[in-house]
Amino acid sequence: MTERIMPKTILAKLVWVGISLLGASAIGGIAIHQGESINAIWFVVAAACTYLVAYRFYSAWICARVLVLDETRATPAERFNNGRDFIPTNKWVVFGHHFAAIAGPGPLIGPTLAMQFGYLPGTIWILVGAVLGGCVQDMVIMFCSTRRDGRSLGQMARDELGPVGGWAAMIGTMMIMIILIAVLGLVIVNAMKHSPWATATVLGTIPVAMLIGVYMRGIRPGRVLEASLIGIALLIVCVIGGGWIDHNEQLRGMFDWSGESVAWFVIIYGFAAATLPVWLLLAPRDYLSTFLKLGVVFMLAVSILVMAPEVKMPALTQFIDGTGPIFKGTLFPFVFITIACGAISGFHSLVSSGTTPKLLANEREIRMIGYGSMALESFVAIMAVIAATVLDPGVYFAINSPAGVVGKEAAAAVATISSWGFPVTVDQMEMLAKEMGEATLFARTGGAPSLAVGMATIFSTTFGGSLLAMWYHFAIMFEVLFILTTLDAGTRVGRFMLQDLGKHIWKPIGNVSSYPMTVLSSLIFVAAWGYFLWQGVKDPLGGVNILWPLFGISNQLLAGIALSVATGILIKMGKLRFAWVTGLPLTWLAIICTSAAVEKVFSANPAIGFLAGANDMAAKLAAGTLSPERAAVAPQLIIGQRIDAALALFFAIILWIVIADMLRMTLRMRSGKPVLPLSESGYIRSDPALVAGTSH
Amino acid sequence: MAIANGLRQAWQYLRQVTGDDAYERYVAHSRQAHPGETPLTRQQYFRKRQEEKWSKVSRCC
Repeated sequence: MTERIMPKTILAKLVWVGISLLGASAIGGIAIHQGESINAIWFVVAAACTYLVAYRFYSAWICARVLVLDETRATPAERFNNGRDFIPTNKWVVFGHHFAAIAGPGPLIGPTLAMQFGYLPGTIWILVGAVLGGCVQDMVIMFCSTRRDGRSLGQMARDELGPVGGWAAMIGTMMIMIILIAVLGLVIVNAMKHSPWATATVLGTIPVAMLIGVYMRGIRPGRVLEASLIGIALLIVCVIGGGWIDHNEQLRGMFDWSGESVAWFVIIYGFAAATLPVWLLLAPRDYLSTFLKLGVVFMLAVSILVMAPEVKMPALTQFIDGTGPIFKGTLFPFVFITIACGAISGFHSLVSSGTTPKLLANEREIRMIGYGSMALESFVAIMAVIAATVLDPGVYFAINSPAGVVGKEAAAAVATISSWGFPVTVDQMEMLAKEMGEATLFARTGGAPSLAVGMATIFSTTFGGSLLAMWYHFAIMFEVLFILTTLDAGTRVGRFMLQDLGKHIWKPIGNVSSYPMTVLSSLIFVAAWGYFLWQGVKDPLGGVNILWPLFGISNQLLAGIALSVATGILIKMGKLRFAWVTGLPLTWLAIICTSAAVEKVFSANPAIGFLAGANDMAAKLAAGTLSPERAAVAPQLIIGQRIDAALALFFAIILWIVIADMLRMTLRMRSGKPVLPLSESGYIRSDPALVAGTSH
Repeated sequence: MAIANGLRQAWQYLRQVTGDDAYERYVAHSRQAHPGETPLTRQQYFRKRQEEKWSKVSRCC
């Protein structure tokens, strides 16, 4: 391996010492800062230096000493090159594909919600979690899959740990999809309900996507670039058109939807997108949302650097004691559960195995693509932190706190929030809502509206002052669009998973080419996430406070499975002394996942524990102390909370089954008993001529 | 000259990363690897690619 771990020249050494010192002082400055506000540039510097140093040294060390990447070894792309899914591809192109695939709405939403603890805990976890956990996971899984002909995580779990690990990985993956889609659907509902502008814009994007789909399939097949450019232009027309509808008294009412109506829209849409042919809706909309996503992330980075906004949130708030309005629960373990994507996201292991390894022209690129892409995603999470904390804390809490916590009336809400020490007034909120082109911004939970307010503030200062409402609705459209991509792509893949699992119970359902089975399995899968979405919409506390922690636990569970597989493989490769590289993040995930699951299930506090919450509500219902409005939905919510409890427990059990399976295998190896053989493919020498022009 | 070169490279990168030139690459590969066979048409190729891409996890949370 040519990777040099230590810099060679004195100058290089000095530069790296300088970067390390700069990073350390930026982090120190953020941590001990006391005062009104702190400039966001410090966050950017701290993050950039952390990623640079970790990438330069830690990832180089892992690649050279632990994984021992071998640039002379032919990759699956070189060996199976078929011009379709196995293609040796330029590393920057693979980087672009991989980053676009892993960076979803998660790193924007989680950090926004976690800012209720203050900026410090979330920021530290995003940085440390990424460089020691998330980046390592993505890179090591990519390495394992590359050495196994590009196999998926589930297959690797089965081949390396055995059927128990394999089944756990399959079921775990499907469950996380259900929860993920439900919570993302809820974010959309909260962004669109009673917002005619947002609703009209989002509805407009559907015919736009279909038009682009028809264009790319029939009119100009495969002309991705020109089709996307036309599409983006039409999306901007949708945002402007939405504003026009919002200002038209007659049309406005048609798009003023309740939460329930938006939820039905999301459910029907998800079903349609999963059963319609992909070229019509799913694929073209993905092109648009990917362009938009990369563009917005880039614009946000530029504007933060240009504008250098002040972060107004304190480093820590009193809510680290567990009484936070956005979600209940103490700093440990809930900051680590709330921020999954951006620090460590198990979902990435599904793209790092299976998809990306089939494009790698050379093994040495695993470092940049696996570790580097995740560092960049982590940086996106840091930008979300900045966008949430540049708001006045009072405004941040007013937007994100559910009405069930702070009160339905504006006056009551501002009084409660101001009493916490975060002053905000009704006038201020009304003014802000007016500027953003919304009727109200109170209790718009889910993170999307507050992120959009933050982004609109940042963008309008950098790119044009008087267009706040336009920027706000552009940001909402961007968030909804790429949540919808995750939602319908997830429903489609979830349907395949369901068919794959379901065929063991009832054989006919596994027939993926049968249209009735497609419809049936899609219905079952949509009903599964639709149930949790509906429960969230009905919840007077906004539902995000229940579903987001459940999603965090499930995502960390998947990371736990991936890291168990990786640790098992390292041990089988005879690298027990390096097993801590994945073993350490695995241990930490096991601790936070288990503590969070146990608290969410068994806590006696009805605001935290699902069972206590269900019992508390049942008691109040029986005693007749609930308002008629709440009593009507109570029976549904009671069952819902009990199902949530079962699910959280189930997640923790699955995680421990996989860990136990990995430990069992390790112990068997140590005592000389036979274990499943390492499923690595044999060494074939790379022929540089075959991959010429791709990797350099 | 250098600028023109840089722009051309940027354009090529953009085409490749978006998949705009995927068909041309496929045809070149196909001619080289399977000289006797007729490659898929542009439309057939894109249908196949899209179907494959969206049958597995290709977007995260």
